[in-house]
Amino acid sequence: MPSAGDTLATTARYRLLGHPADLAGHLAALGPAPLPSNASRGWREAFSAMLEASGLAGRGGAGFPAAIKLALAQNGRPGGTIVVNGMEGEPASDKDKLLLIRSPHLVLDGAQLLAAATGSRRVTVCVPEGREQVATAMQSAMEERVAMRSAPTPEVLVRPPDRFVAGEESALVRWVETGQSLPSFRPDKGIALRIGRHGALVHNAETLAHVAMIARTGPEEFRSSGLAEDPGTSLITISGAVVHPGVVEVERGTPLIDIARRAAPSGEPQALLVGGYGGAWVDPADFDTPYASLSLRAIGATAGVGIVIVLGQNACGLMESARIASYMAGQSAGQCGPCVYGLPAIADDMIRLARGEADPGLLVRLQRRLSEVEGRGACRHPDGAVNLVRSALQVFSTEVRAHVSGTPCAHWSRSTQLRFPAGAWGARP
Amino acid sequence: MIRILVDPVACDAYGYCAELLPESIALDEWGYPVVDGTPLPPELVSAARRAARDCPRRAITLRERKSSH
Repeated sequence: MPSAGDTLATTARYRLLGHPADLAGHLAALGPAPLPSNASRGWREAFSAMLEASGLAGRGGAGFPAAIKLALAQNGRPGGTIVVNGMEGEPASDKDKLLLIRSPHLVLDGAQLLAAATGSRRVTVCVPEGREQVATAMQSAMEERVAMRSAPTPEVLVRPPDRFVAGEESALVRWVETGQSLPSFRPDKGIALRIGRHGALVHNAETLAHVAMIARTGPEEFRSSGLAEDPGTSLITISGAVVHPGVVEVERGTPLIDIARRAAPSGEPQALLVGGYGGAWVDPADFDTPYASLSLRAIGATAGVGIVIVLGQNACGLMESARIASYMAGQSAGQCGPCVYGLPAIADDMIRLARGEADPGLLVRLQRRLSEVEGRGACRHPDGAVNLVRSALQVFSTEVRAHVSGTPCAHWSRSTQLRFPAGAWGARP
Repeated sequence: MIRILVDPVACDAYGYCAELLPESIALDEWGYPVVDGTPLPPELVSAARRAARDCPRRAITLRERKSSH
C-alpha cells in the first residue's frame, strides 16, 4: 500500500466523492487531516490565508465566502461551536446525505480544522429526525474517530426536526441552543451567530468536505477546476425527467445542459429548475449558462443548493410551480406575516392560474403580491418562493397566456415530475 | 441618514405605524407594514420616532446609516 503522500500525489484530481467511507481507508487514501498539535496564532493565520486563497464559497445556498465567515468567527470569543449543517431541507437534494454516508470523515475533518482555526470546543453535527441511514453513518464514523483518536475537538450528533427552514443557519443555531427551530431576524449578517456567549460557525456538509480537501491538497488544486471567480467543484443532485437521477460532482462553470445530460434526460427538456425550490426555472435559450454564481444571477437564477431538475415536455411548468409554491407556503416557520399570509395567497393564485380558473385580476394581483412579500421575512424563505414563481411566469409566459384565457395546457392534471416529501401538502393541488 | 426597520418576527399587524407615518409606511393586504425603503426626510423623523415608540410589539426601530446605499 502506498503511503498517504504517494496516494495524494498520484490521485491529484480534486474530488469529494469516491473516497473510502471507513476511517482506516480514509486515512490510507487521503492521510490525516493536517491538524496542528497546538493551534498557534501562526497556524491560524496560515490556515485563514489558505482558505482565502482557495476562494471557496459556501455550498449550502447563500454562497458566502468561507474565508470571510471564518474571519467573523475568529473575531468572537473562542470556545464556541462548529455546527455541521447536514439538514438538507430541499426535497430534491441528496448530495449532503450522500456525502455524509460516503465520506463522513471528510466532512468531520473539515469541522475539526475549523475548530482548530477558531478555538472552538465542540463540533455539533446536525442530521434531521427520521434520516436514520445518515445518522447511523455519522454515529459510527464518530465512534471510529474516538477509538482512533482522530477527533481532538469532541464531536456530537444532534437531531433537529426535519423541516425546510430548520437548516437555515440562524434557525439551526437557535435549535441547538433552545430547542426552537426558528430563524432569527438579523438585519446585520456581518455579526457572527452565537450559542450562549460563544460563537457558532455553521457550514453546510459539502463546504466542510471542501475545507478538508483544500487543507490537504492546497488551494491551487481546488482552483485548478472551475472558474477564476468561482473556483472548484460542486455536488449537484439531478432529478426530474431523466433516466439516471442522482448526484454528480461538476466543475463550477459547467454549462447547465451538460450537467443535465449527465443524468440522461428522457427527451428534450422543456425547462430546467436550478437551485432548488427557492431557485429559478431556466428557459432552453439559457441552457448553455455556466453553473456559476454570477452567470446564473445574470439570468435571474441562483446557484442556490446544488440542484438541477429536468422538466420534460409532457409536464405543466405552471402547475409544477404551483405545487412548489404550496409546498414552500406549508414550510414557513410561521413567524412573519408576509410569509404566513403571502405565500399561501401566491400559491392559491398559481393554482388557479394553472387550472385555467384565473379571474380577470389574477395576474396583476399575483405580481403585486410577489413584490410585496419579497424581502419582508426574517429569513430568505419567502424570497426564494417569490423568485421561483417569478421565473415561472417568465419562462412559461406562453403557457401563462393560454391558461389565463381559460384554455390550460393538456398536462396540468398529470402527476408531478418533482420530488416532495410524503404528506407535504394538506390537500394536493 | 435615518431608515425605518421593521422586525417581521415581532410585528403583529397592529397597524399603528401606518397611521402615524403614512408618508413612509403602507399596509399590505394582510395589514403588515411595508416600508418604502428610502431615507427618511428630516421633517418626518419625529413622527417616525413616535411610530417606533408607540408600536405595541416594539417592532420598529430607526437606524442611522452612514453610507448612501
